[in-house]
Amino acid sequence: MEGAAEKTRPERSAADDAAFKRELVQLIPHLRAFARTLCGDPTAADDLAQDAMMKAWDARASFQMGTNMKAWTFMILRNQFYSEKRRSWRQSQLDQEAAERTLVAVDDPEAPVALDELRQGLAMLPAEQREALILVGAGGFAYEEAAEICGCAVGTVKSRVSRARRALHAILEDGAYDRDGASAGDAMRSILADAERLSTVR
Amino acid sequence: MIEQRPTAERRKASAALDEARLRQQAIGVRLRQMFDEVVNEEVPDEFLEILRRADERGSEKA
Repeated sequence: MEGAAEKTRPERSAADDAAFKRELVQLIPHLRAFARTLCGDPTAADDLAQDAMMKAWDARASFQMGTNMKAWTFMILRNQFYSEKRRSWRQSQLDQEAAERTLVAVDDPEAPVALDELRQGLAMLPAEQREALILVGAGGFAYEEAAEICGCAVGTVKSRVSRARRALHAILEDGAYDRDGASAGDAMRSILADAERLSTVR
Repeated sequence: MIEQRPTAERRKASAALDEARLRQQAIGVRLRQMFDEVVNEEVPDEFLEILRRADERGSEKA
């Protein structure tokens, strides 16, 4: 009985689609944030997030409700990003330029300088280290989930995250980021001061 | 003098380690803040609009 039920795909009900859609809608802000870290340019990032959202919607029949939809959609988004990149390698250079431009632009004029430097520091990391650090350090994924999203071993994610942390620390410490005129230690001091403030709030 | 040096160095090393840990934590807090900033942005209507249209197309076919 069970075997037969598995072979013939059960009909998707409208309720299934509605439940899927509800969950997907809740993930949109997270998809946008992840896309932003990959693309840099907010418009390109939203295009990527929309593509990923639609790919997820079209593939809804293959998703098992109750499993981790966030990790699943992040994997779709990431695959989409890299397949687009492969399609035109020149685009990646444009992406980089756009990223550098937007990394400098901050929407909130009140935002302290340090956020800028963190963005610039992130942009200097190798892509695989950056994404590992973002998934684990900002996206709230476990190493196992991040490994699934990136299609690599858990140990690989762990070492990427730890290398990324060390590199980022060194970049911020040395002021190795490309910023004319700013003194080296300022970024780190500002980050520390701000983190203290934030941690007392939490 | 000779006996004091290792202790002083150890203390210095441990302080440096604490400092490094603190800095890593600070970067972590910042990183989350950077990500959450986008998460907390209002989602452009376009997203829901596209999804709604796709959903309607699906219902028509069915």
